[in-house]
Amino acid sequence: MDSIAGKKSRLTWAVNIAVVLLVILWLIPTIGLFVSSFRDRDQISQSGWWVAPLPVELTFRARVDPRDQREENGRFVIEGNVFDEPANAERFPEGQGEVVNFGIRGAAPAEFPVGAVAELRTGGTLSVARDGAFLVEAPDAFERRGPTIYFEARTPPQFTLRNYWTVLTADGMDRAFVNTLTVTIPATIIPILIAAFAAYALAWMRFPGRALLIAGIVGLLVVPLQLALVPLLRLHTSIGIGQSFMGIWLAHTGFGMPLAIYLLRNYMVGLPRDIIESARVDGATDFQVFTKIVLPLSFPALASFAIFQFLWTWNDLLVAKVFLPSGPDFQVMTVKIADDLIGSRGGDWGILAGAAFVSIGVPLVVFFTLQRYLVRGLLAGSVK
Amino acid sequence: MAELKLTGVEKAYGDVKVLSDINLEIGTGELVVFVGPSGCGKSTLLRMIAGLEQITGGTLEIEGMVMNDVHPSQRGIAMVFQSYALYPHMTVRDNMAFALKIAKKSKSEIEEAVTRAARILQLDPLLDRLPKELSGGQRQRVAIGRAIVRDPRVYLFDEPLSNLDAALRVATRIEIAQLKESMPDSTMIYVTHDQVEAMTLASRIVVLANGGIAQVGTPMELYTRPENEFVAQFIGSPAMNLLPGRITETGAQTRVALEGGGEARVAIPTTDNDKDMPVNLGVRPEDLVASDDPDYLYRGKVEITEALGELTVLYFATDASGTQILAKLPGIHSDMRGKNVSLKADPERLQLFHQGRSLLYRT
Amino acid sequence: MTPMLQGLLTIIVGVSACVGYFYAANLFLDKVLFPGHGPHAGRNINRANRIRPWIFLFPALFVLGLYLVYPVVGSFYRSLFDRSGAEFIGLGNYVALFNASDFRISVFNNLLWIVVVPASATFIGLIAAQLTDRLTWGNIAKSMIFMPMAISFVGASLIWKFVYANNPDIGLINALRFVFGAERSVDVIQIPFWNNFFLMMILIWIKTGFAMVILSAALRGIPEETIEAAIIDGANPWQVFFRIKVPQIMGTIVVVWTTITILVLKVFDIVYTMTGGNFGTEILPSYMMSYMFRDDGRATAVAFVIMILVLPVMIWNIVQARREVQ
Repeated sequence: MDSIAGKKSRLTWAVNIAVVLLVILWLIPTIGLFVSSFRDRDQISQSGWWVAPLPVELTFRARVDPRDQREENGRFVIEGNVFDEPANAERFPEGQGEVVNFGIRGAAPAEFPVGAVAELRTGGTLSVARDGAFLVEAPDAFERRGPTIYFEARTPPQFTLRNYWTVLTADGMDRAFVNTLTVTIPATIIPILIAAFAAYALAWMRFPGRALLIAGIVGLLVVPLQLALVPLLRLHTSIGIGQSFMGIWLAHTGFGMPLAIYLLRNYMVGLPRDIIESARVDGATDFQVFTKIVLPLSFPALASFAIFQFLWTWNDLLVAKVFLPSGPDFQVMTVKIADDLIGSRGGDWGILAGAAFVSIGVPLVVFFTLQRYLVRGLLAGSVK
Repeated sequence: MAELKLTGVEKAYGDVKVLSDINLEIGTGELVVFVGPSGCGKSTLLRMIAGLEQITGGTLEIEGMVMNDVHPSQRGIAMVFQSYALYPHMTVRDNMAFALKIAKKSKSEIEEAVTRAARILQLDPLLDRLPKELSGGQRQRVAIGRAIVRDPRVYLFDEPLSNLDAALRVATRIEIAQLKESMPDSTMIYVTHDQVEAMTLASRIVVLANGGIAQVGTPMELYTRPENEFVAQFIGSPAMNLLPGRITETGAQTRVALEGGGEARVAIPTTDNDKDMPVNLGVRPEDLVASDDPDYLYRGKVEITEALGELTVLYFATDASGTQILAKLPGIHSDMRGKNVSLKADPERLQLFHQGRSLLYRT
Repeated sequence: MTPMLQGLLTIIVGVSACVGYFYAANLFLDKVLFPGHGPHAGRNINRANRIRPWIFLFPALFVLGLYLVYPVVGSFYRSLFDRSGAEFIGLGNYVALFNASDFRISVFNNLLWIVVVPASATFIGLIAAQLTDRLTWGNIAKSMIFMPMAISFVGASLIWKFVYANNPDIGLINALRFVFGAERSVDVIQIPFWNNFFLMMILIWIKTGFAMVILSAALRGIPEETIEAAIIDGANPWQVFFRIKVPQIMGTIVVVWTTITILVLKVFDIVYTMTGGNFGTEILPSYMMSYMFRDDGRATAVAFVIMILVLPVMIWNIVQARREVQ
């Protein structure tokens, strides 16, 4: 591509910029979720994640304690700092913050800018300074309660693991995580084994009907899963498996089989014929040729199918909804999120983001570490 | 007793016969080379002997036992593949030991056989390497070593040098010849399309063409007494010239008048019945010499000269009878281009073919 | 942790059962049924070799038959019965479907998905493949665009909720609208008709990487000489791409396109998670799920309609595969 004729620096620039834009566009949604999952729930709904590193203006209130009042020139005065309020201590651990606006009514918490003097309804005035120091002056003594000050303060950006903590402890995602693992691992290993033998037979053994079988498997690749749900659930119920882990393992084994055979056969067919014949001349039986020669040499294909099947079973919602019972003992993470969390925690974006990241974390790790095999598998499966 | 005997062997895929009526006996200690143009079935024949292809007709005997339906590993053969077929996930040692392990030989026996083969082929320092860490020539030696370990009655080589570069090919060819000499009792069958390999290695050559055997013989027999026009033109480079003509005098020597106007005496006896018989006169380019003799064999205009230093190849213009001939003269003759040149040849070195078959082999 | 233990046990039992089966069956064939020695050794070996493929194939064929072939027939059979499964009603379920307006909406929406998603994903993937192939950091860019591949549809839907949310402090789209001076926020998921496209965007986002990876391999497979020849012939980069490269990888483009088309007919998760099929976004797979567990007759009928839509692609695939094997 870097032939002199094809190289134009302006074009290269354009390409670079276009790709940067594309990558940003593709990453933004995920980054949004990722950032949000670490944010405080109040901050999430007050400012977009894209300004997460900036301070957020949140509304607080502080009660003025009448016990602090003193008389001065015939007027009753209370001085203090809004940040000393015990209820806000968690937000402002040093007792320091920055007030932006303040108000005297809950309905209009940011009515006055700092430094202004507000008229209290009960008579008297209130002023709040930027550092939180307030001054209340009134002609009459305060009785049992002092006035309430509402203020809008700039809170420093907060990143916390609390969402993850909540998701994993209170919301049962830990159990769902274990359930997902329980479904995924057997449903990945068993089909590989069965498919490998079949793929070897279809690649290296001669028998009548072989071409027909291969064509049939290619056809089965596209059979919609939906078709299998009702008859198989009935079958499982009638033979006593019912909705259970056993049922979903079998179902995933069946549904993954065409792709497994197809991928592995395509790979095995490409192994050098001389090597296999040489093993035969050396006296190996078909079983030995398979276990000692073909299987070790097919490792890349086995790995790529394993990744596919793992991602597919981990991410699956449909099969899990149908073949597993709906109780929390059996819910996998996708079902948990789609059915429980979105419904009950619909407004709690922090929890949703945390849950989503717990469920996509493992696949992402698998993806980034084993991407090479994934790509190779995709190519073997599609480009032919 | 013949080590290996093929009787009426044939190979058919459905209705298509690729080999038919192959009869051949190979004795102990011979190195027989199968040559032929691509697609002639030489590799198929070798693979049938190995047991990798079904024999669809005739019988294959090894040491007197019919082997048609015997598993490859039971035939007492070992094969060296064109691509070497080394098991990429095994070390050199494991590659060589594989067959013995399958045969459940004892550890010490395996160790001994591997060490012996490694010593013969100087593979000792490479035993623990993987095939990908070896050079082409080393892989080739491992492939041979794998065969030696099995101590077979017959070694089968399927174009074993074709994946090597030219220099290495010559070196390995010599190594194989030396190996053969060091194992005088082992029988080898060697397939190649390269006639230099065939001529230099073979004790006998089998030329295959059109699904059958064109001729079997020692390299010099094939060169000096080809049975038919195919073998005549296949062996030797550039190929033998064929000039159409007619027999004018018969006897202990035969006189032929050529359509191109020339005339030749040939040291092949003919009878009176052969007079006027249409024949092709075969003459190798290297046997032609330029001469001023009025009694020429061929006369024509030199169209192109190819000077190779040690010799010069002359391409003559196509003559009236439609043939173009080549001559190979020693030395440098670039000045001959465009000139008319007369050629003649030693009667002892000429061949006569009638309907494609040599008059030497008439019965 | 019992299910974990159960899972572990399944792995051990399953794997050893499989290996045991293959090993024992081979042993039985070679040693007992047709021993490779004795008077009929040759004949026996040939016979054993005729049977062996079926031993290797049996478990796979059994599972395939049970889990994929039987359901095609079983589903069709079940779809001819009413809700309870007791009464045979012929094509009654299908008639009811075609009369249901929400079914017609699903079909229409599904056709939209079939047109828009594969076309967009393939096109963007092709562009991305071509652009990234020229860059030094192309592989990193590719990996970023490819990443959504690993994310579940449910996870992806949640991710996109953070783009589409009504609240301008959460939803990126509304935030952008406010930047450009909008007064009110809009719930894009509820805009009739156009909301379909917002849902499709999620699948396009997931599948573009897939298209890109495959097409980029195809682009690399193009003989460099043809491109160099075109450059010498005076073609500019656009012409090289559209007139030299694209025609050479047309076969791969078709494969990518059909693969995504098939997927579109199966994905129910996105609609289910984002809208639950409300606001006129129902597509066939989610429509089927709305009947699942309630009316199996209707559900299987919808599934069979999906099957019929997939059928042309299936036949085309089989024809291609047969051509390849021969």
